[in-house]
Amino acid sequence: MILRFFWIFGVIAMASALVCITRKNPVSSALWLVVTLFALAAMFVLLDAQFIAVLQVLVYAGAIMVLFLFVIMLLNLGRPAPTDIRGPLGLLTATVLAGALVLQLRVLSESPLPSSIQLPPGAITALQQQQGIVGAVATPLFGTYLIPFEIASVLLLAAIVGAVVLAKRKL
Amino acid sequence: MLLSPALFISAVLFTLGVAGVLFRRNVIVIFMCVELMLNAVNLTFVALAQTLGMGGQVFVFFVMAVAAAEAAVGLAIILAVYRHRQSVSLQNMNLLKDG
Repeated sequence: MILRFFWIFGVIAMASALVCITRKNPVSSALWLVVTLFALAAMFVLLDAQFIAVLQVLVYAGAIMVLFLFVIMLLNLGRPAPTDIRGPLGLLTATVLAGALVLQLRVLSESPLPSSIQLPPGAITALQQQQGIVGAVATPLFGTYLIPFEIASVLLLAAIVGAVVLAKRKL
Repeated sequence: MLLSPALFISAVLFTLGVAGVLFRRNVIVIFMCVELMLNAVNLTFVALAQTLGMGGQVFVFFVMAVAAAEAAVGLAIILAVYRHRQSVSLQNMNLLKDG
């Protein structure tokens, strides 16, 4: 049952991603990407990552895609324009390179995981019942990964300052 | 149980993102394709977190922070370029190429 739902959302994600990269209009591209992001959030729920799914909807679909749409409308790119898709040679190159990449990833995904580092099945669910869904993510985030977390906050500060400096006409 | 379909879907999404970067010329669409690739990697992280521990989910958190920073700075750069060139097409961004 879970597997069937997973495949349904996976097919939705793959199909809307395909539609997203082939739309001429950037606004419809962005909206199809939002469909992909929502399908991915549903897949995260099925993979026992409920908190990440909420973050996906809030941060990606809610904030980043609104930023994209905002810039598209600020630059007035929604109007009909000649297509920006490359000619047949570019399409052929892209298809060949993408096919090679998907074959490589297929081989990589079939390499077995060493059993010494694998958790027993149901370990994550047990951990979530013990610590709570948010607590299970927060405990390593503020413990083992505390320094990367602080560096991420500095990165976000730098990004805010950089965006203001770049986008402002006159400081 | 869900690991191999998740890895397959993630590979397909990443490849679609790469193909989009290769055959589009609009910088904003290319940027969205980069976001698509980051999301494919997130799916791999979450799927592997089920068997390898919560570190994968924590890394998705960091990927989201980096993606947000990248989107803010990248879109600001696109705005700045648009002011100079009146275009978001990669064909018109050849200042370094002409020499």
